[in-house]
Amino acid sequence: MTKQFTGTDRVKRGMAEMQKGGVIMDVVNAEQARIAEAAGAVAVMALERVPSDIRAAGGVARMADPRITEEVMQAVTIPVMAKARIGHISEARMLEAMGVDYIDESEVLTPADEEFHLIKSDFTVPFVCGNKDLGEAARRIGEGASMLRTKGEPGTGNIVEAVRHLRKLNAQVRKIIHMNDDELMTEAKNLGAPYHVLLEIKHLGRLPVVNFAAGGIATPADAALMMELGADGVFVGSGIFKSDNPERFARAIVEATTHYQDYKLLVEISKDLGVPMKGIEIGRLEASDRMQDRVL
Amino acid sequence: MLRIGVLALQGAVREHVLSIEESGATAVQVKRLEDLEGLDALVLPGGESTTMRKLLDRYELLEPIRKLAEEGIPMFGTCAGLILLARNVVGQESHLGVMDVTVERNSFGRQVDSFEIDLYIVGFGESFPAVFIRAPHIVEVGKSVEVLAKHDGRIVLARDGNFLGCSFHPELTEDHRLMRYFVKLVSETTPGVVS
Repeated sequence: MTKQFTGTDRVKRGMAEMQKGGVIMDVVNAEQARIAEAAGAVAVMALERVPSDIRAAGGVARMADPRITEEVMQAVTIPVMAKARIGHISEARMLEAMGVDYIDESEVLTPADEEFHLIKSDFTVPFVCGNKDLGEAARRIGEGASMLRTKGEPGTGNIVEAVRHLRKLNAQVRKIIHMNDDELMTEAKNLGAPYHVLLEIKHLGRLPVVNFAAGGIATPADAALMMELGADGVFVGSGIFKSDNPERFARAIVEATTHYQDYKLLVEISKDLGVPMKGIEIGRLEASDRMQDRVL
Repeated sequence: MLRIGVLALQGAVREHVLSIEESGATAVQVKRLEDLEGLDALVLPGGESTTMRKLLDRYELLEPIRKLAEEGIPMFGTCAGLILLARNVVGQESHLGVMDVTVERNSFGRQVDSFEIDLYIVGFGESFPAVFIRAPHIVEVGKSVEVLAKHDGRIVLARDGNFLGCSFHPELTEDHRLMRYFVKLVSETTPGVVS
């Protein structure tokens, strides 16, 4: 048999390429996973509590009980992602051993390490990580992340932070693409970004991995906005199963992500959807409640 | 120039568009019914087949695409696209059902089992870099189907007349030989177009 290479960059990044234009939904049990799959989700994120409930509950948020993740994996044929705490090597290895398709090294959970992220290139399973700007994005790619997402402010139902993060990242990427080679090293120093990642961005004319929007998407219009701003797809955390009518919200957000510039269609699918999740104004969050500021 | 559509509901659309343009044809993204007009061929990209099927149903694209296939418009499906084309899908209902093959989904395992290999393809000479991601494989082929590549005893690339389908993702590499093969197939079946 021809030699097979698993866990290569192409295989790990390629998996995220297949998710483009799609919606990845947070689910906490098999029933929600089935609803997500039926609505057209490209993947589900298995976790114990959605971000808004993590906020409400307080305390330490950890990797979900493996039983929940396994139930979700058995319930659907689409890929299943799961969250590990930042820097928690053992949680990540356990998820890999269970065969989850993607790990989110996530600031939504309480960090296990406030200084160091995982060296994700050591793993066969691919990782997605959050970012607020190019410095964070490039460091995560440098550590081996195969997919990115904006951090936004999870569990708030407020899109403002995700918009801020995506606009900033895209502006910084545009700047890199138009820089001369001799300016890149200083830019790497200023951003705290690995030089070779910036070089790769310049040569490709884009990020080398897919970048989804996440953190605050609550309506079809929010999903369409993030696509309009250049996201490759969207994660919806609390926005679906904390809404009045999860089936309809899930379906409508899938359609809005595909047809984000078809404004008449967006009007139709947004009608009579019911009440979206209750949101939180970002200014009202205590500094310690801002998940986006965890481990940069 | 040939106009080749890429079903753009979800998945690796950008890569196929680039590959089509590298191969000397014009790429058209297909999201709605009117985008199907005047196409010489259609590419069904990699992505999530269950998601694509839901969206094909919701926007009433399944029957019109099947009709084009029956009229002889060539189609090329990669991974999820192969699943959409297949006459039979193990354990579930088929989608377009136009290519005389039976496929099994996720048949190489989950993402941690995804892999790349150097693949031997009939008539290609030098090996082809093939990336398999939660890939399906072809379990069975009809009489008229030509098997073009196998890996580990499993069929991973086949042609059934105007339909070409593979388990892997040629669009994730810089090697455009398979897309060129398809464009050539299209030009041979499209009267009056010089590619």
